[in-house]
Amino acid sequence: MAAAPESADSSKGGRFIGWIDQRFPLTSMWKEHLAEYYAPKNFNFWYYFGSLALLILANQLVTGIFLTMNYKPSSAEAFASVEYIMRDVEWGWLIRYLHSTGASAFFIVVYLHMFRALLYGSHRKPRELVWIFGCLIFLLLMAEGFMGYVLPWGNMSYWGAQVIVSLFGSLPVIGQGLVEWIRGDYYIADATLNRFFALHVAALPLALVFLVIAHILALHEVGSNNPDGIEIHDHKDAKGHPLDGVPFHPYYTVKDLVGVAGFLLLFCGVIFFAPAFGGLFLESPNFEPANVLQTPPHIAPVWYFTPYYAMLRAVPSFAGTQVWGVLVMGASIAVLFFVPWLDRSPVRSIRYRGPIYKVMLTIFVLSFISLGICGLKPPSGIYPTLAKVSTVLYFAFFLLMPWYTKLDSVKPVPERVTGHA
Amino acid sequence: MAEEGDIPLLPSGTDIKNTESLQRGARNFMNYCSGCHSLKYLRYNRLAADLKIPESELANLMFTSDKAFDTINSAMPSDSEGWFGKQPPDLSLIARSRSPDYLYSYMKGFYVDKTRPWGVNNLYLPSAAMPDVLAQLHGSQKPVFKNVADEHGSSRMVLDGVAPMTPGALKPEEYDQFVRDIANFLDYAGEPVKEKRQSMGVFVTLFLLVFFVFAYLLKKEYWKDVH
Repeated sequence: MAAAPESADSSKGGRFIGWIDQRFPLTSMWKEHLAEYYAPKNFNFWYYFGSLALLILANQLVTGIFLTMNYKPSSAEAFASVEYIMRDVEWGWLIRYLHSTGASAFFIVVYLHMFRALLYGSHRKPRELVWIFGCLIFLLLMAEGFMGYVLPWGNMSYWGAQVIVSLFGSLPVIGQGLVEWIRGDYYIADATLNRFFALHVAALPLALVFLVIAHILALHEVGSNNPDGIEIHDHKDAKGHPLDGVPFHPYYTVKDLVGVAGFLLLFCGVIFFAPAFGGLFLESPNFEPANVLQTPPHIAPVWYFTPYYAMLRAVPSFAGTQVWGVLVMGASIAVLFFVPWLDRSPVRSIRYRGPIYKVMLTIFVLSFISLGICGLKPPSGIYPTLAKVSTVLYFAFFLLMPWYTKLDSVKPVPERVTGHA
Repeated sequence: MAEEGDIPLLPSGTDIKNTESLQRGARNFMNYCSGCHSLKYLRYNRLAADLKIPESELANLMFTSDKAFDTINSAMPSDSEGWFGKQPPDLSLIARSRSPDYLYSYMKGFYVDKTRPWGVNNLYLPSAAMPDVLAQLHGSQKPVFKNVADEHGSSRMVLDGVAPMTPGALKPEEYDQFVRDIANFLDYAGEPVKEKRQSMGVFVTLFLLVFFVFAYLLKKEYWKDVH
């Protein structure tokens, strides 16, 4: 309609979008978060993992919905219903492998995403809330992963749940009551499976989605950090756009598409050629149904929990209680929340930090990997000692941070970002 | 007595793409195993379709049902626990909870042990409750021990392997193939979609490689004006 007033047609998309925009901030949201969200142009490899985490979240939600249609949350039927999905439901095997592999992929991607923040100081002022929302997401993700792992009701599901839930029993005074309250029974039973199902498919995903939205809103409020750890908003053009920024859409949507393609190659490689991933993603004892009378030969949590499990085992009992291990394990997560304030370096990015931070970060990564391996192995041979040393190093990275980041030498920080990938 | 896992497994050499081996394995399983062991998550008609067994021949494999959509149950009554000391386990997922190599080794690991209720024990599953139902095929085997020095300097005998005692109806290599086929079949039964999954994976990978190239070129095109 040529006669339409120019003002109504001024927004891209024409009259329909215009009709919506008068009732809902569609175009302004699109602009604020995508078309006119200016991100630094120098993002490198480490910046793929945020959008990949979002992709995996979507994958988990969609495949989870379809799994729920055939899964039976009952101790008598759960195991058989998973095999029903694997064998009799059309494409059920693919949906299930997408979900089970997605769980492991989620942790890989989130660990790398968090490591990126430590590399480039993405948690530093003014991005503390971005980091804290992220830590909460990580915490909920652990709960989500743990409860999801129980649902197939295999023997490792059962005994893993038994071990992890029992941890709460070591808390003084309230311990035993708390454990019964969590289980809803005197042992891991049908009631436990039912409530874990409810939490896994409704409560936790809902909370996760809200937190992810908060994480992104907080990020877009302060703007993204970048590998140089400097603010792009300090240098703007005549229109007020950052000189070193590019609109997220289309620049980073097409760039992240490359990341998605690369990720899917690896992800589908696992799904189609090694869905159990050598017993790491789907553990062998979990192909036997839960058996109250027979423990698996060696109980270990899934790989993404093993660093924390190793810390739990590394701490000896003291004054007649095992609670110290549980507290150390809790502290290993809790300490993450304080990182923005523990880091006292005048610069954000590792590019302009001195050797001490580089050494400490390397030690931290090695200790985390070493803890992960220790948690997978039975506690014999060198592993108990290695786990103890690694636990100390893990905490040293965080607790000594206020001193070594201040002591460390720094290089001059550039005014403008350096290059782009 | 050897601990479980002490003795390395034998390589089974199974191949789920070998349909003839799977067909023979299905036949062997039905004839020698299914009397006691069920495959309760596998249906006869699924088996026939995947292993290309014609419907006319399927009936030869169906001992416990005349309905092709039924799952493969054993002939054992549900209260048969007293027969062997434990209910013979369902084998639907045994290849996934153990491995084809384990199954192959296990079926070759029976040896004479007069202290056991059935007169046999197993190299790979000490104190196995299962009788050596394949003895007629492979003959009887005797245990082989070796001397191992312990930390105190004295030596003790530990189980090291098995050696043939009396010949069976099959030659050793025929028996190896016989149990390899069963292990292969159980690998199939553990995940009937496995072969299809892997062959689909090749196409998925090729598609994603092409997608990756196009995504990369698209990114290059958009980013060429960013300096």
